[in-house]
Amino acid sequence: MHIVVCIKQVPDSAQIRVHPVTNTIMRQGVPAIVNPYDLFSLEEALRLKDKFGGKVTMLCMGPPQAEEALRKCISFGADDAVLVTDRAFAGADTLATSYALTAGVRQIAKEQAVDIVFTGKQTIDGDTAQVGPGIAKRMGLQLLTYVSRIVEVDLEKRSITVERRAEGGVQVLKTSLPCLITMLENTNEMRFANLPAMIHAAAYPVRKWSKEDAGIEDLSKIGLKGSPTVVSKVFGPTPRSEKVEMLDLESSSLRDVSLNLIQKIFTRHPTLESDLLMKEMT
Amino acid sequence: MSQAPTPAAAPAKRPAGRGGRNLELSDELKAYKGVWVFIEHDRGHVHSVSWELIGEARKLADTLGCPVSAILLGGPDEPLEKFAAEAFTFGADKAYIMKDPVLKGYRNEPFTKGMTDLVNKYQPEIFLLGATSMGRDLAGSVATTLLTGLTADCTELKIDPTSKALAATRPTFGGSLYCTIMTLAYRPQMATVRPRVMLMPRADASRTGEITYDTLGMIETDIVTKMLDFIADANSNKINLPYADVIVSGGKGLKNPENFKLVFELARVLGGEVGSTRPCVQAGWVEADRQVGQTGKTVRPKLYIAAGISGAIQHRVGCEAADVIVAINTDVNAPIFEFAHYGIVGNAMQVLPALTQAFAAHLALRSRQVA
Repeated sequence: MHIVVCIKQVPDSAQIRVHPVTNTIMRQGVPAIVNPYDLFSLEEALRLKDKFGGKVTMLCMGPPQAEEALRKCISFGADDAVLVTDRAFAGADTLATSYALTAGVRQIAKEQAVDIVFTGKQTIDGDTAQVGPGIAKRMGLQLLTYVSRIVEVDLEKRSITVERRAEGGVQVLKTSLPCLITMLENTNEMRFANLPAMIHAAAYPVRKWSKEDAGIEDLSKIGLKGSPTVVSKVFGPTPRSEKVEMLDLESSSLRDVSLNLIQKIFTRHPTLESDLLMKEMT
Repeated sequence: MSQAPTPAAAPAKRPAGRGGRNLELSDELKAYKGVWVFIEHDRGHVHSVSWELIGEARKLADTLGCPVSAILLGGPDEPLEKFAAEAFTFGADKAYIMKDPVLKGYRNEPFTKGMTDLVNKYQPEIFLLGATSMGRDLAGSVATTLLTGLTADCTELKIDPTSKALAATRPTFGGSLYCTIMTLAYRPQMATVRPRVMLMPRADASRTGEITYDTLGMIETDIVTKMLDFIADANSNKINLPYADVIVSGGKGLKNPENFKLVFELARVLGGEVGSTRPCVQAGWVEADRQVGQTGKTVRPKLYIAAGISGAIQHRVGCEAADVIVAINTDVNAPIFEFAHYGIVGNAMQVLPALTQAFAAHLALRSRQVA
């Protein structure tokens, strides 16, 4: 079984700060991590490899330093890693990104046919959840998003059954390989990397492909040119004009502050009190 | 599969945009008119995000002077006409209905084909979908098939006065920044919006509209993915944060999962839901369905009580639409006090029980008075 897992190196969004004047992202000192959602997909790929044997190849589009994210995945147990990196990819939106990654998967598939492509559910910086479906459509693969469990894989019959989270329930879907899967968060727990694996990963020769190496000739489909969306404005969140009203615990008791707060809440939102009373009585 | 319209290259005399890319709309694509909303329904119910989007589409269409259309795909025995009639009361002028046995229950392949065929045939200018597991799955597939722009999880939709293009604003970098995104040279302009970000429009029972029927032209054997089963969530224990009127949320300031009980107790007294933050979910203190924020749920309660939550921007984007926000935090400089209405600087482990008791006493007293 040959599985390709697409990942992205992202800034740890929890630690991002925005420059108050220029409204630009302050990246200094913000650690770059493997997009956390991608790890649920990687772990699932590694479990399939544990069960069926084969190979897990990592794929990433990004700047040269994204090599570190791929190395991290090697330490978890991935077999091979390709970084598609070229200045021509800069400014890519999700449509252009899906094109570049599709080219990468196709190139990898020339070495060994691919059974499953995994991507993360979404990234924590862009949050769009569009690249996975984009790759699936471009490659003509069956698309399985928000997968909560892989129920069964039958390599003989080339079939796969999964549970997919939908609004209000879980769909049990059966489809054929090859397919593209995005795993739902918290569906598994990433395994630990042991010391020998980390040493192996540190020395692993991550392959770096230019646009030509990835088989991309048409420059109109990648980077800024291949992106239909145009960012017209970037701005910080507007500060609330109204200032917070602080209730002081120093000078009054906890009970008085609580009663005072409740009065204030219900004065500000009169229907809320009647709603709560209705609920109380029914 | 019908072919997506290939946007014609701009004539050489036109000024090239940034990076030499085409930012001008071709004459062929100028013919695209109208605002479409994908009406998401499942087992007899329309997802309310669809009505929220009809309300938003109405505003966009009024600015552009064009109609709003509701798009309904489903099985032959599903009440799509009833849903269309409801869409008209919320502001739609037209409905496009595609009924086929293979469209019963959402599957990517037939829905993508149906949707792209409809877009190519009727050429809408703007196409909106809910940012749900169905809407995001479909939007990504349709936009890639049509090779057009798609903006995810928008919090504001407007028409740019100069270009008349859709200006879609969305949080980015985990909510630290907002971005306004436009699709200038491609059509349709696609966007998804989360449930509860836009206000529910008022229904006008006197409004009606016109229905157009289309066929899918696909049979079951054409479709690779089969739905073997649908396991509905048990309603009793389903967490429904986006629609809760009262939410009490706890953060890492509660120190341990034991203390989280205090949050549940206050929520119980208020008949509300319990919310939380990403670090608490990651630590396994609460279920992932309780996460409020950029990578969790967007909520719009009447009352939001945040206990032991610092108020990182990722959390803020998920809860700032609440009518009243109360923050309890030991750190007077916590960012939560920048967007809360009422703040208490104190230990949530002490304030929560006091609040629970005070609320319970107040409500008991008032209900005796009312009775």
